[in-house]
Amino acid sequence: MIITSVYIFAASLFAGLLGAMLGLGGGIIIIPFLTLLLKIDIRYAIGASIISVIATSSGAAAAYVRDRITNVRIAMFLEIATTAGALTGAFITGLLNPKYLYILFGALLLYSALIMYKKKNNPEIIKDVPCNPISDKLGLRGCYYDKSLGKYVEYNAAGVIPGFIMMYVAGVISGLLGIGSGVFKVIAMDVFMKLPMKVSTATSNFMIGVTAAASSLIYFSRGNVRPDIAAPVAIGVLIGSTIGSKIMERLKSRTLRMIFVFVLIYISIQMIIKGLSL
Amino acid sequence: MMWKKENIIEIIISNTLRIGVLLSASIIFAGLILFFIYGSGYDGTISYRLNDILNGVFTLKPFAIINLGLLLLILTPVMRVVMSLIIFILEKDYKYIFITLTVLTILMTSFILGVTE
Repeated sequence: MIITSVYIFAASLFAGLLGAMLGLGGGIIIIPFLTLLLKIDIRYAIGASIISVIATSSGAAAAYVRDRITNVRIAMFLEIATTAGALTGAFITGLLNPKYLYILFGALLLYSALIMYKKKNNPEIIKDVPCNPISDKLGLRGCYYDKSLGKYVEYNAAGVIPGFIMMYVAGVISGLLGIGSGVFKVIAMDVFMKLPMKVSTATSNFMIGVTAAASSLIYFSRGNVRPDIAAPVAIGVLIGSTIGSKIMERLKSRTLRMIFVFVLIYISIQMIIKGLSL
Repeated sequence: MMWKKENIIEIIISNTLRIGVLLSASIIFAGLILFFIYGSGYDGTISYRLNDILNGVFTLKPFAIINLGLLLLILTPVMRVVMSLIIFILEKDYKYIFITLTVLTILMTSFILGVTE
């Protein structure tokens, strides 16, 4: 009993660390670990993974928000799109064949990985982002101190409408397939809104907690959150995400981008395989 | 100027999250240790209703204590949305009061629909 908890704790520590750095929930690590290695029922694995999302988000956000790497206003504005998307997704489940959804979005992620990889040589400080009227009106801009560069980075959001639409799509997919909302959020902010990589992952990290909180109460009341599994997950992820946030602030944006692209390719291949096997 | 004003939002949200995380982590940890020593505290099915969880906490049932901690963890992101709303109201930032209220309404709708499903 204690040994199992220690295993779950260790895996969750890693999931929290990676999730906090990349703006993901950690489900990609927690779910396979619990189901494949520990042979735990998928229902309880999903319940634990939802707890992992909330813990990653809250654990890392305390530091990211204080250091202003998370943009609270951009997050709040985009949350309209993601929560509305998730609600739509829940409604249209069953209307669309998940087989093609997995393949379609797997391919889309693979393509995004390519775009993000191509940006690897971009300068760390983004200059000359064109003025955007909506972005100005809503104050979607900011400034943070980059510890790896040793200087302040100023930015403002471009492509607000495409970014907002992409966020809605991210919400729909997570509502339909129950996965991958963090990845799409980071892509929307990095590729469409041209925000700095660190701002994109930290803001995504901040946002995933809110969406997960709504669905987690449902999982909790259904009894899918088993205390003996969720407890080591929560503690492991909270510690891991706190450490992860410290590491991320000191990483070069380029390094962070490369880790993200690597994980992105892994997730997209997994989605395509899952689609083909359905 | 801008810097200072925005800093207040960030400090309050950051502290809300920190308190939520520390409180829930300590309760979950205490529950887990008690679980290792005494077992779950339940014979048959575990109740996830708030009343039963609170009763279980008073009788020191380890699983009830863990569940209380998990509930606090789940409520932490919701609290930070509520705190942001309070800050936007104090700052009379009408655009963001509207945006935050919209998010809260959608969250409530999905929660209610999920429960009745």
